[in-house]
Amino acid sequence: MAETAYWEAIRRAHDEEMARDPMVIAMGEDIGVAGGTYKATSGLYDKYGETRIIDCPISENSYTGIGIGASMTGMRPIIEIMSINFALLALDTIVNAAAKIRYMSGGQIACPIVMRTPGGTAHQLAAQHSARLARMFMSTSGLRVVTPRGPLDAYGMLKSAIRSNDPVIIIEHEQMYNIKEEIPDEEFFRPLEGAEVVLEGSDITLIGYNYSVHLCLQAAERLAKDGISAEVVDLRSLKPIDRETIRKSVEKTHKVLVAEEDEAPVGVGSEIITGIMEDCFFALDSQPVRIHAADVPVPYNAKLEKAAIPNADDVYQGALKVMGKI
Amino acid sequence: MSDADKKRLLREMIFYRRFEDRTFEAYMERKIGGFLHLYSGQEAVGTGVLEMAIVGKGQENDYVITGYRDHVHAIKTGAPAREVMAELYGKENGSSKGRGGSMHIFDASQNFMGGYALVGQPFPLAAGLALGCKHKGTKQIAICFLGDGANNQGTFHETMNMASVWNLPVLFVCENNGYAIGTHIDRSTAQRDQYKRVDTAYNMKSSQHDGMDIDNVMPAAKAAIDYVRNEQKPYFIEFMTYRFRGHSMSDAKGYRTKEEEAEWEKRDPITISSKKLIDAGVITPAVIKAWEKEIDDEIENDIIKFAEEGPEPKVEDLHKYVLDDNPDPRWIGPLQK
Repeated sequence: MAETAYWEAIRRAHDEEMARDPMVIAMGEDIGVAGGTYKATSGLYDKYGETRIIDCPISENSYTGIGIGASMTGMRPIIEIMSINFALLALDTIVNAAAKIRYMSGGQIACPIVMRTPGGTAHQLAAQHSARLARMFMSTSGLRVVTPRGPLDAYGMLKSAIRSNDPVIIIEHEQMYNIKEEIPDEEFFRPLEGAEVVLEGSDITLIGYNYSVHLCLQAAERLAKDGISAEVVDLRSLKPIDRETIRKSVEKTHKVLVAEEDEAPVGVGSEIITGIMEDCFFALDSQPVRIHAADVPVPYNAKLEKAAIPNADDVYQGALKVMGKI
Repeated sequence: MSDADKKRLLREMIFYRRFEDRTFEAYMERKIGGFLHLYSGQEAVGTGVLEMAIVGKGQENDYVITGYRDHVHAIKTGAPAREVMAELYGKENGSSKGRGGSMHIFDASQNFMGGYALVGQPFPLAAGLALGCKHKGTKQIAICFLGDGANNQGTFHETMNMASVWNLPVLFVCENNGYAIGTHIDRSTAQRDQYKRVDTAYNMKSSQHDGMDIDNVMPAAKAAIDYVRNEQKPYFIEFMTYRFRGHSMSDAKGYRTKEEEAEWEKRDPITISSKKLIDAGVITPAVIKAWEKEIDDEIENDIIKFAEEGPEPKVEDLHKYVLDDNPDPRWIGPLQK
């Protein structure tokens, strides 16, 4: 076991898979000579060369499309998009091509690409560098969407994503790249599907994904001091969603809160709560609550930004509301 | 080229014309739904270019990709015509098992990597296919057929740049038929000559040729394909052509004159090749008549029959092919609790 940062875990997964399979390549802006904005491919250019660590011009839609085309010949491209905002430029090739080629070819052609991108707010990056957008990808048939919360999943899910035959979107987070965790030295895999109970509890279920899992864990610590036992569920995969794990937890606690960093309309929270209504409505003892961002473009001003984005205190207060304490 | 090959190519073009004409009829009979974009008028380009490529040899083929006007490219690459027709009928025995339709013909067994309905989307996909060929060192190339209208998409510029910077073995074939759907090229495009849009801008070799006479198409295509394969670099080749029918079936062609259409029809690729071969004494008009009869019989008795009699996809298979239907649980899960 070694303490490993999130970015190091991603780098290790790249390195191992590229060493194993010559069909694995990485593409993206500044990932090679410059070493990668988040260091996720640092050192790999020297090891694998420019034909396998491909520095791309600032042409997100078409280099993603080139990765997709290469994947149709059996290659396994890992495409880094520097910010999920820029992934909007690549929506045509991701949503209209990668997500649909298997289906519209009647199952003849797979597009086994991995697209990694950070989706989330950092510090005062303003409206065009702070999008989250998970909800946009999770509503697209033909994609897998996963949200590793820490180094263990960042490594294990990337390894699985590279080997899976489906297009996989991995949504990372700028504030998570330096999170550290002990991970095994020997190779392991973490599956792309399945939510995970990361903290067991009995009074309320707090559901998060990506960075909001950490907000839920912080809120659970405070709730414990109030004598409230919170269970924290990490969705891990937004497409497909593991409704069974959610149902089991809600049937145990009878109360639920969903925390998302994105804006609420047509969001992750609405989808999860709808699923709960359909699967275990009668298990609920109180009204579900969702914690989410304000429905505004993310402001630059630090005070306004803080007001727009949910934090652990918002989750804590929301939980108290579900519990009928406020 | 031997007389036998010249005759074969003329017969192929007549087949493609009559195949497309028959899809028109089936569309009017409502046997074919959705959109239908016909290739009539442009046959010399697809036939001539692909005659010079590696096609019909299964997995050894060059990779071919195009837009939604894709029936003829698919057949010439090696897709069985009856399966293409069955696809238009939405049948399980169609090229894409009825999931794609006219605009999305695929035959992976022949490296025909699809028709796409997003104008310009095949540019990067083609460059990616070429990246795959180069990476594996197979000497195959990728060939991308698109119209002049596609060249106003961002993907055109982005892909020309990357294909050039990365020396990808891809041939971009521009079938310049003068219209982007119903807008004339002079009203949509600052540079009328498409091949000029890549030479200095993207440092890519390019050229422009007549696309109505297959004897003009083939030598130009051969030189371009040889260049791409041997030099491992991209090439952009433009053929001046015309589509005799509308953009799609819903097009009344109100944007162009009868006089213009008549001028181009004088240069019908089938008429040109027929006249040359008759004048040279290689065939007689009676031979062509006999071919037309044979072709119509084949279309009716084999191709249409195959499509008509093919089964519909099963509704219980609705969710097949969305993702890998037999995923490896080690990568997919479920998560061990």
